[in-house]
Amino acid sequence: MTGVIDHWSKDVEYDLDDVALRIRRRVLDMCLGRGQGYAGQGLALADVFAHLYFRVMRRNPDGSLLDRFVLSTGHSAIALFATLGELGVYEEEELRTYGQAGSRIEESPLEGTPGFEITGGSLGQGLSQAVGMALGERLRGSGAKVYCLLSDGELQEGQVWEAAMSASHHHLDNLVAIVDNNHMQADGAPAQVMEVEPVVERLAAFGFVAERIDGHDHEALRRVLPHASVAQHGPVAIVLETVPGKGVETFEHHHKVHYLRLTRDVWDEAIAELG
Amino acid sequence: MTDTAAGSVKLERTNVRSIARAPLVEAPFATTVVELGRERPDIVVLSADLSKYTDIHPFAETFPERFFQLGMAEQNMMGVAGGLAKTGFCPIAVTYTVFATRRAGDQVQMALATGHRTAVIAAFLPGITTPFRASHQGTDDLAIMRAIPGMTVIDPMDATELSAALRAAVSVPGPVYLRGLRASVAEVLVPPYEFEIGRARLLREGSDVGLVGTGLGTQWALEAAELLETRGTSAAVLHVPTIKPFDTTAVVEFASHFRALVSVENHSVVGGLGSAVCEAVAGAGMACRVRRCGVPDRWADAGPLDFIRERLGLDGPSLATSVVDNQEAAR
Ligand SMILES: Cc1ncc(C[n+]2csc(CCOP(=O)(O)OP(=O)(O)O)c2C)c(N)n1
Ligand SMILES: [Mg+2]
Repeated sequence: MTGVIDHWSKDVEYDLDDVALRIRRRVLDMCLGRGQGYAGQGLALADVFAHLYFRVMRRNPDGSLLDRFVLSTGHSAIALFATLGELGVYEEEELRTYGQAGSRIEESPLEGTPGFEITGGSLGQGLSQAVGMALGERLRGSGAKVYCLLSDGELQEGQVWEAAMSASHHHLDNLVAIVDNNHMQADGAPAQVMEVEPVVERLAAFGFVAERIDGHDHEALRRVLPHASVAQHGPVAIVLETVPGKGVETFEHHHKVHYLRLTRDVWDEAIAELG
Repeated sequence: MTDTAAGSVKLERTNVRSIARAPLVEAPFATTVVELGRERPDIVVLSADLSKYTDIHPFAETFPERFFQLGMAEQNMMGVAGGLAKTGFCPIAVTYTVFATRRAGDQVQMALATGHRTAVIAAFLPGITTPFRASHQGTDDLAIMRAIPGMTVIDPMDATELSAALRAAVSVPGPVYLRGLRASVAEVLVPPYEFEIGRARLLREGSDVGLVGTGLGTQWALEAAELLETRGTSAAVLHVPTIKPFDTTAVVEFASHFRALVSVENHSVVGGLGSAVCEAVAGAGMACRVRRCGVPDRWADAGPLDFIRERLGLDGPSLATSVVDNQEAAR
């Protein structure tokens, strides 16, 4: 994470509803260039990203993050890019090159892209690196917490459960796994493709303190995602029930919301709908 | 097919269309896998949450009882394929190249390659045919698969060959790694075309320079050859669809006519076709300068195929330049 954040101060209490709305606007704006992208995920994750980046995670005096964020779900990068745009890490103009040939605003970026700690995209691998970071931060005595976002589809990868087992075995009380439980994957709903429920019970059985909330309920987000300085007992898992395309009615019911490829007028309508 | 008369190479020539005029075929893999499902009750297909993205959805709809959706869990899928093979079925396990060879690499080796049973690993998004960089660009799969004992490795160049290779793959003992091409695929080889595992094909005669290609790399080599012809250089093109077993005889025969060869592949220059050509030529004790064109030893760029090709010097004009440079260097 670069230290360049122009639009954030620790002394301000942000209106997170408003921040989330602005992230959503950026998500749509980013897709205009090519008329396509992972807007569904970006819109769905705007709320949790607003909380993580504008309230939960702590920063060092130079503006860089003390706590760490691991994006396992590589293709949900659009949500992080939009959030980083809101923080001033990326200029609006550059964000508009999302997914274009040669742009560093990639649909699924590699580590080293500002704000991206790992290479996600080969799904199901992020939680392991988050475990490693949590072990490392604990060993260094930094006090940092590690937040990892993964998706419901990723829960089908065996590695996720290897990582989960290691997190509780090593009593990682500085690790928070956030599951984007959007009931969607490439071939359809996990219930048809490969059932992942009961997610909370499964994570609990692997030693997580796990809870399910509505991923768009800001009060609930405040409750289960306290400021990073608050102590936790062992690894925590938060299962977010999210709606792909949240905030744009037509997207919420779009059968191809996993990846949206739309004409300019449809994007314009969506932008208007968001307000 | 005719015996070469005008050119200097003594290999039969297979008919190809000009790349620019090749028609597109919709989902050739889907068509063939459904045909095979009708002909062969032992064919079963497995997917790891990519059935809609790998042209096997029609099979899933036609033969639901012989289609197994395993979710996004490629390691498990390869293990399950091994179990199905051991109960007398011919599994076709389908995913993307990177997930078949990297994520589930050990499972492929242990569950499918230590035995003798027929199994097909059909891997889509070969090489740089995806804009997602390291996570999705399978630029090392041929090298990985080629190193596995008993593995047959095929990189088809077009729709005709993809279908023919799939048919061949389900009929040989042991595991086959087959690179897939999805959606609209060019038909460059003129049917009827007889595909034979382990057999290279001369696609273009020529007396000045020799190009060897595999997979989409062969299409790119043909583009370069067409360009070279307009500049007065006569370029022969040998297509080597089977990376393993490698047609050493044909490559050596081809190489014997030229001082220099250029290999072209949709894959890293490490360990794939180019390496196999060098092994064949050096193994025969020939003095032939080989230039390997493919993805250089770095993570490739993000973007559409044509953009990445240009970036990596794999577009027709860049390849033509490489051929000329290599020829000069061999003088
Ligand atoms: C290891 C791995 N296998 C397969 C894929 C191909 N793939 C990309 S997205 C996707 C579906 C993922 O579903 P989910 O993670 O829940 O994401 P969502 O569609 O909800 O955004 C798949 C299978 C991948 N990227 N990584
Ligand atoms: Mg999902």
